[in-house]
Order: sequence, then structure tokens, then C-alpha cells
Amino acid sequence: MSPRLTRRGALTAALTLVAAPWPATAQPDALSAAIRAQIGATVPQVGGITLRAPAVAENGGQVPVTILVDSPQTEAAHVTAIHIFATRNPTPDVASFRLGAAIARAEVQTRIRVAEDQQILVFAQMNDGTVRRAAADLRVTAGGCLT
Amino acid sequence: MSGLAAPRIRIPRSVRAGEVFEVRTLIEHPMETGLRHDGSRAPPRDLLERMVVQVNGAPALDVSLRNGTAANPFHVFFLRLDRSSEISFVWTDAQGRQARASHRVTVA
Repeated sequence: MSPRLTRRGALTAALTLVAAPWPATAQPDALSAAIRAQIGATVPQVGGITLRAPAVAENGGQVPVTILVDSPQTEAAHVTAIHIFATRNPTPDVASFRLGAAIARAEVQTRIRVAEDQQILVFAQMNDGTVRRAAADLRVTAGGCLT
Repeated sequence: MSGLAAPRIRIPRSVRAGEVFEVRTLIEHPMETGLRHDGSRAPPRDLLERMVVQVNGAPALDVSLRNGTAANPFHVFFLRLDRSSEISFVWTDAQGRQARASHRVTVA
């Protein structure tokens, strides 16, 4: 057995450990399935993304989120896609952004809905195939999904 | 509802070549997930699914909007142009209805 396979096994185990402390979502399988549908089996690296969201959102129906990926956005090194997930929403999918050549800066701002206190996850896919990950905890005064 | 509301877009009329400029878009839409219960009523699912921005016909930004996107989707992003360009915006909902807008940005 090559050391590469062993390392992959170790990475998978590490990812499982990282995934475990995520708060028990209503359907954790739905979250991991939604993430897998966007980034495949790639193991994300933590960091390289600035995720700006309010620590406490008064209105869960309109929560401003800014995502800025640390990338020069040149032909040689750029972000191809940004994906947003809300870990404890009834459906974790929020949005995906695919960036083309005219995009000058790997930054997008949007407004999302959050049902309750939870973690927002952001994944950025780079043109070299790597994936970055960032998370932000969010508290909500009035939930924005089910009422 | 027969059509989609007209989008509101803030984009400069002219920029310098290579300048990074901001584009803001807002479109009124309830973004109903179909999961909500309003008393006894459950409003049916009605979601904008996609926003596509093209620069001279080449894709610049392709956004898949899903349940977690807030009502009246608002987006900000940054573009850079080498020459005067036509920027087109298309929003599409689950029924295939579309809202469109187009702006010319002059590179001085």
C-alpha cells in the first residue's frame, strides 16, 4: 500500500473529526450531501476566506453576508466558485456563485435566510482544484424561514 | 403573477480601463420555499433559481439561488473591463419566467 493512500485515509479521518463537532443538525446527512453535491469529495483547507456576517442577526429573513476570498483573480490563480450553506436550516443550501473572467475581485455580497442560531459555512473552489472553507457562528433573534 | 418585477441595478456608466468597479443588483421576489406555514396556509414554492450576468455575451457571474437566499435577492460583485461593454442580467424562476436588464459601460 502506498503512503499516499494512507495519507488520504488519515485526511478522511481528520475530516470526520472536524465534521463531528458541528452542532447536531436536524438532518446532518442533508448538509453533507448538499456540500458533496457542490465540491465533491475534495478535502477543504481551512482559511483563505474572509467571511463577514453579523454575530447577532435581528431579522433572520435578511442577513447580510460578505465573502472575500484571498485570491489575485488572475488567469493563473482565481476562484471558480463560491458556495454557501446554513447548517441548521430546514434545507442547508443557500446559493452558489460561479465566477467568470470579468470578475475583478473574489468578493460577493448577498443576503441569506437563517432559521435559528447556527453556523454559516462557505466553500471556495480554486482553479487549481483545491477547496477552501470558512465558517461563522450566527445568532438569530427572529428566525427567517418557518414563520 | 404574470411576470417578474423589474430589477434595480446600480452600475457606473463609464469607468477607466482595468478599474475595479462595483455592481449592485436587487430584484423584488418573495422567494417562497414552500416550507413555510402561515397559519393554516402554506404558500406554494416560488423561487428565483438563477441569476446570470454576462459581459459581451461571455459569462461573468452565474448564481444558483436556493432555499436559503433571502426574499428580494440582493447581490454585490466587482467587475473589471478592458473596453466598452454590454453587461446583461437575467433572472430565471422555477417556472422559466425571466427578468432581464442590460447596461452599457463605457471605458474612457
